[in-house]
Formats: sequence, C-alpha cells, structure tokens
Amino acid sequence: MAEPVALKLTTKDFKSDQEVRWCPGCGDYAILAAVQSFMPELNIPRERIVFVSGIGCSSRFPYYMNTYGMHSIHGRAPAIATGLSTTRPDLSVWVVTGDGDALSIGGNHLIHALRRNVNLKILLFNNRIYGLTKGQYSPTSEIGKITKSTPAGSADSPFNPLSLALGAEATFVARTIDSDRKHLQSVLRAAAEHNGSAFVEIYQNCNIFNDGAFEELKDAGTRDDYLIRLEHGQPITFGKDGQFCVVHPPGGFGLEVRDTAAVSPEEIVVHDSGVTEPAYAFALSRLPGLDLRNTPIGVFRNVSRPSYDNLVQSQLEAARAKATGTPEEQLAGLLTSGDTWTIS
Amino acid sequence: MTKQVRQLDRVVIRFAGDSGDGMQLTGDRFTSETAQLGNDISTLPNFPAEIRAPAGTLPGVSSFQVHFADYDILTPGDAPNVLVAMNPAALKANLGDLPRGADIIVNTDEFTKRNLAKVGYAASPLEDGSLDGYAVHPVGLTSMTVGALADQDVSKKDAERAKNMFALGLLSWMYSRPYESTIRFLQRKFAARPELVAANIAAFKAGWNFGETTEDFSVRYEVKPAQMPPGTYRNITGNAALALGIIAAGVRSKLPVFLGAYPITPASDILHELSKHKRFGITTMQAEDEIAAIGAALGAAYGGALGITTTSGPGVALKGETISLAVALELPLVIVDVQRAGPSTGMPTKTEQADLNMALFGRHGEAPVAVIAPRSPSDCFHAAIEAARIALTHRTPVILLSDNYVANGSEPWLLPDVDSLPDLRVEFATEPNGEDGTTFLPYLRDPRTLARPWAIPGTPGLQHRIGGLEKADKTGDISYDPANHDFMVRTRAARIEAIEVPDLEVEDPDGDARVLVLGWGSTYGPIGAACRALRQRGLSVAQAHLRHLSPMPRNLGDVLGGYDRVVIPEMNLGQLAHVIRARFLVDAIPYNQVRGLPFTAAELETMLEEVVKNG
Repeated sequence: MAEPVALKLTTKDFKSDQEVRWCPGCGDYAILAAVQSFMPELNIPRERIVFVSGIGCSSRFPYYMNTYGMHSIHGRAPAIATGLSTTRPDLSVWVVTGDGDALSIGGNHLIHALRRNVNLKILLFNNRIYGLTKGQYSPTSEIGKITKSTPAGSADSPFNPLSLALGAEATFVARTIDSDRKHLQSVLRAAAEHNGSAFVEIYQNCNIFNDGAFEELKDAGTRDDYLIRLEHGQPITFGKDGQFCVVHPPGGFGLEVRDTAAVSPEEIVVHDSGVTEPAYAFALSRLPGLDLRNTPIGVFRNVSRPSYDNLVQSQLEAARAKATGTPEEQLAGLLTSGDTWTIS
Repeated sequence: MTKQVRQLDRVVIRFAGDSGDGMQLTGDRFTSETAQLGNDISTLPNFPAEIRAPAGTLPGVSSFQVHFADYDILTPGDAPNVLVAMNPAALKANLGDLPRGADIIVNTDEFTKRNLAKVGYAASPLEDGSLDGYAVHPVGLTSMTVGALADQDVSKKDAERAKNMFALGLLSWMYSRPYESTIRFLQRKFAARPELVAANIAAFKAGWNFGETTEDFSVRYEVKPAQMPPGTYRNITGNAALALGIIAAGVRSKLPVFLGAYPITPASDILHELSKHKRFGITTMQAEDEIAAIGAALGAAYGGALGITTTSGPGVALKGETISLAVALELPLVIVDVQRAGPSTGMPTKTEQADLNMALFGRHGEAPVAVIAPRSPSDCFHAAIEAARIALTHRTPVILLSDNYVANGSEPWLLPDVDSLPDLRVEFATEPNGEDGTTFLPYLRDPRTLARPWAIPGTPGLQHRIGGLEKADKTGDISYDPANHDFMVRTRAARIEAIEVPDLEVEDPDGDARVLVLGWGSTYGPIGAACRALRQRGLSVAQAHLRHLSPMPRNLGDVLGGYDRVVIPEMNLGQLAHVIRARFLVDAIPYNQVRGLPFTAAELETMLEEVVKNG
C-alpha cells in the first residue's frame, strides 16, 4: 500500500465561518480548540470527517468544525451516526454529546451503539448540569445537588458514565479533562486509532451553572493528589513522588488506593488497557468518590472486537459475491421467483 | 364412483381453527393452488395477536378467507360459501358470518364435551338441530389423519398436526385444485425432516381420496380461470409487494438501501423479507427502538442511501420528532406505516385507517410531508416505488400508509417488466453553487421542485453543517430572523405542494352519476365491488380513489364539485372527510366503521343505494 499523501492541513482549516456562541469562559472553547488543532494529525480530508451531535450546549460543536456536520435532535446522535457509519465506512464519524443528551434522553442509543461496537468516536462533555435549559441537575449531578429543579436537593443517584459504558461492553473507554490539552489530544489520538466505538468522557466546566465542578482536578495545589494518570504498561501510582498507588486487595472484587510506602512494589497494579474482561476497567472506574479523589484519566480499556460496520459490510460483500447478472436482471429474477403462472 | 361436477363462477372459503392448527398456512396453500389455476383471488387472514391463546377458546380462533372467481374480483368476499371449522370455537366464532345453506365442514373429533363447554355450547350443535339450515359435513379430520399415517414413521402428535393437510387435500379435491405446488412446498418446508414430508403429503392425499370416495361429498366443483390480461403472475401479499418495491427502488435509483426497523405487528414481515436480499446492497438494521430505527435511516440518507423505516402506528408516534428533523434537513426518507387498530396497543392484528391524521398533521411545528397510500396488496409494490420517487426527487420524508388488510391480504399480481419501472436516479451535488463559484449554499433550491442539493459527506469542497435549528434561506446558517422563519415555513409547505402527482381519475361508466364515492387506501376493493353491484342493478355511481393524500391531486376540487353528493367511506371516524370538508368546503358524507375488519361490499352497497336514491 502506498504511503498516504500528507494533506498538510492546519488548525485553521478545521475552523468554520460560524461565530462561536458559547458563554465566555465555557470549557467547550478549550475542547473545540483542542479538537481543531488535533484534526490535521489524522491526515483525513475534511470532507470525509463528519461530526454528529444531539441537543445541548456541547451539541453546537459541529457548526464550528469545517467538516460535514449534523446538529440533530436530543439524544439521538448515536442512532443517526450509526446509520451513517454503517452505510459509509469510508467516513470518520464523530459524535459530540453531553451528560444529559447521552445519558438521560439518549441513554438507550448510547448503550446500543457501544454494545454493537459501531465505528464511532463518541465525545461526551460531562459538566454534571443542564446548561442550555439553564441549570437543572443532570444524570451525572451528585445526589443532593441543589438546582432550579431540585431546590431541596436532587434525590437521584448519578450515573458513572465510564461504568455505564463498560457495562455496555464498550471496546474503548477513556476519560480526559477540558483544560489539559495535551492529555485530551493524546486520548483523541488513541480513540481515532481504535476500530469500533470509542467512548471518551471529557470533564468540562460550565462556568455559569456549575462552576468549579472539577476544580480539584485542575488546581495546581490539588490535582496531583487527586488525579490518577493511567498509562498502559506502567504501575499505577500518583501523588507527590508517587506516594499513592492502586492495588488489588486479596479477597476483594475491586481496586483500592494505598500508600505506596505501605505495600510491596509487586502489589501495585500495572495498568493494562487491553484486559479482555471488562471487570478490571470497571474497577478502575469505581475508584473516585464524589469528592473527585482518586480520579483516573487516560485510556481505561482498549480492546479489539469486530465493529458492527465491518460485520454488516462483510455480509453485504458476501451476498454480492454470490450474485450474478446486473441488478435489473437480479430484480427480474426475484420478481418471478416462487410460484408463478402465465396467461397468454 | 363418478361424481357430479358443477361449474361455479365464484367461491368464498374460510378455513378456521385454533391458532396452533395451521390455518394461515392451509389458506395460503389453497390460495397458491388456486392462483396456479388462473382464478382471480383475494384473501383475508384474520388472527389473534396472541401467538398461542389457550387452545380451543374463542380468542384463540385464527381464520383465513379466500375468494376466487372466474372473473376479476375486488374483495375477499363478504360471506363464506364454505366454512372449515377445526373445532367448536372456530364454528361458534364464524357461524354468524355464514349465509343459510352454506357448507360447513367440521372436525368432529374436536367436538368433545370439554371443548364444547369451553365455548359455552350446552349441547353439540352437530346434534341439537341448530345447524339445520346449513349443509353440514361431519368429518373426523384428526382421527382419519392419524389413521392414514399409521404406517408412517411419525409420532402421534406429528400425525395429529398434519390434519390441516388432510383438510387441504379434501378442499383441493372439492374445488379441483392442482396440488403439485403444495407437494413441492411441503418438500421444501420439511426438507430437514423427510418423515414429515412423507406424513404431510400422505395426509394431503388421504384428504383428497376421502373426498373422492365418500358419499357425503357428491358434488365436485370447478371454477374456470378468469379472463386476465396476459403476462406472468404470482400471488402476493401487500407486505411482500412492499418489500419488493423497496428493492426495485434501490435498483432503479442505483442507491444503497438502508432499512432501520424495530419489530412491530403488522410491519415486521417487510424487515424479514428485506433482510434476505443483501445482494441488492440492502442493509437492514433491527434497531434498539423505533426512534433509533428512523434515526439510523436518516443518518444513512444523509450519507447518500435510500433511507427507509417500517413500522405501525405506535412506532410512527415515536418517530415524530425525527420526521420533523428530516423535514428541517430536507433529506429523502420513506416512513412505512402499516396501520393497525389503535389507540395504544389497540388490536395489533386487525386493520384500521386511523393514522391519516397523524401522517398529515402529527408533528410539532409546521412540518408537512408527502403521504401516499396503496389500494391493494400488489399496489404496495408501486406505492413503495412512488414513495421513493417523491422522497428522492423532492428531498422530503414520505409517509406510506399501508394497513393490515392490504399488508396480509393477497391477490394475483401481473409482474411488471423491470425496464418499465421509473428511473429513480438522482444527482448528488458535486460543485459549489454560490455565485462566487467557491461557496456552497446547502439551502439554495431547485426553482421547479424547490428541493435543495443533496451534498453527501465525502464530497470535496462542499463541507457544510445542517441541523434542526431554523436555517437562513440559501446559506443554511442558523437564523432567528422573523421574516426568514416565515419564509422558510411557507417554503417547506410550498415544497410539498410542488410535488407533481397524477390527476385523480374517476370511474363512472354510465357517465351520469350524481353521487361520487371517494376513498383512499385499502377500501378500494370493497368500494369498487359495491359500486359494481349498484351499477349492475341499474344505479349510477362514480368512484374515485386517492393514492396521494399529501399533496392531493390538483384536480380534486373540480372532481368533487362535479357531483351532488360525495360519500367518503373510511375505517376511521372520518379523517379524510374532515380534510375534504375543510379544504374544499364540500358537504361530504362520512361513512365510518372501526371494527378491525375491512368493509363488506354489501354494507357499502346498502349505504350507497340509500344515498343514490334519496340524496
């Protein structure tokens, strides 16, 4: 196969002529800039890239990308993108969604896209609030959250998006943060290289309705103690000088955080995103508490399974390979198949 | 012994039994044999939604009616001449439809005390004289089948199950049907179990031979082939024809076809059929729900496929928001609604035409779409092609309103020549269309059709964004401008009105009718049969039938204005009548029935006679 021609695209090539209309200070700006500057790296012509979104602040994203794009309806982007990706395997299809869009009204489509392993890159901007409708709690808001629609505090337990995606047997699951462009782009890179559904949760700040929701993960004074940066093949340690680590306690089902000094080095879990059984990545997803301590970011799971698109296309190809004659001849044959009779 | 042979011009037979008795299959086979003979045919399956309702009960009765004749017929017949009742429940459930003198073939083995009690017979109707007005033929169908299969290598249960083939054999003998296709069918169906092939063929032949030897059946009947236009025919149900129409639309448009569907009665058979024909480039996706089914179809349409979703009323209700999106995006999409009795779950296996309002108006905002309806089983083929033509040419969602009656009913279909089917090829946008030669304006319209360009992803230089937010004329940019919104709303309405549809044809052979019967969809047959009957009695009546419900034919107003009275029979509470009255200020007379069954020709004849005579 010939070396692909370098397209020499730049960040600017991916900016559309539309005025960006998020609130000043919104985390979406940082994500947009990171995506636009990452896109040239894919070396895919712009016309073969499609962004499909649902409804919500994040779902305005496609308007700002100089690619093909569809701003669809609330929650349905994964379903629409499934039809597109399945019939057009030549395209790079990205879904941009939010916590309300993907996990509330569109929860069904999300889990089914993931279990089918449709070749979609799904970016879920999680700000733990409804922004576009002005501040109601979302399915990722913490229990007890006081919002416009829950003056006495929310009685809903939140979803853990990564646990949900892993439960749906997603083949690629990752988390990153809006403000960390380098990390965000590293996750996008891994997602883009994955064949099948890639689910990426991006912690995103809504400075109007839920400001500072992820502050501890961003503040220079706390972030090293709070964040677990997952790296494939590396022992999972974090904190100043790696003072904390993740272990698999004997007899338990999950993973736990310990002082590194208190355990022997061989007890420290070495991160392997390729573990086939989703239980390991699921245990990782359960580490953080509501206070954001012990929040892993990076690629939790990256395993190989045939994509829905590939399976569907190979069925079509197999059926075509067996067919003879022009489509019109085949149609004429089909119409006259079965019991026919002739009147002269 | 030599039997008397009597010629008949038409016969209506109803096979009725328990859901597990195989009545649909029996009726289907008899129909196929009859088609081979060249009679005209119309069929009406009628079955419960329950897969196996409790055995021997009234709710568990399943029936299949077939009407065949030596002339062209329009309906499955109002009243059976022959009822095959496999048990007391089947007799009780169907007796009321039989005219006096009708033949009743009963399976006496099932007329046990227990089975009689299940349906409330205190005494056996075979013995208490209550059937004296009918020609009752008591036959031990089960015991004779088991007896005939004594030498076969099958269990008693399998032997008993073959009793429907015994019944089919008997009826095939009675009406001199050719049975080769049934033998072939059994060989195919049970290919994996040769002992069942042998047993079912033996049961069929035993039934045939029984007819020939028993003295109870002294007369054998013949119905000569009908005079039908020359050509090759096959018997076809509406759902099968619709699936073939979709395949044909794919071939004639040279586009890949994508069907998104969620299983729902009575539309699932279209999904089943299309899933078998991948070689035509047809992708079928059984989606997680109705919304995903249409969403995926719309996504495929965005990518340049012929996007289709098939469902019934409850599914259309769920798809409404996505249909609205397709209206805003101005992309081609075909939504097939095989209507069933509602509201809610209603009667899933019974027919109705009560989704017309939903098709025309059932969306938020001003969201006009094209709506068409097939008039008969074979017409579903052409209606599917027409739906695709409108969707592709005009870049619009099209709702195709089939219903359970045409979907599961069947009739002979004169197979079309593939080359005579419409050319549905479309042109995708490939070049910028702005005046500066570099800009692409996704909402710049074709002046004739008002359709916008279909610029599919992958086309260099035409990257653009579309969405559900209101768009500025031409550029497609987000717009909240009041005048623009007003313009776009009116333009979307004008787009639908700009669709070219054929003028409405009126059938008025006498030429002096003062009463017009206007129908749509599956009522074509019963209305036509009623009009014929009236004309044979010297009364004049005109019939016109709408295929296009949105937009309506341009001459419709003139047609309506040409008659003193307009009567609109519908299987709903007057939905088309409401539209006609509102749009044309015509004092149309609605005639409505929502029993889950098609109109009988007789009831329409009675009603129309009253209008023709008394205005």
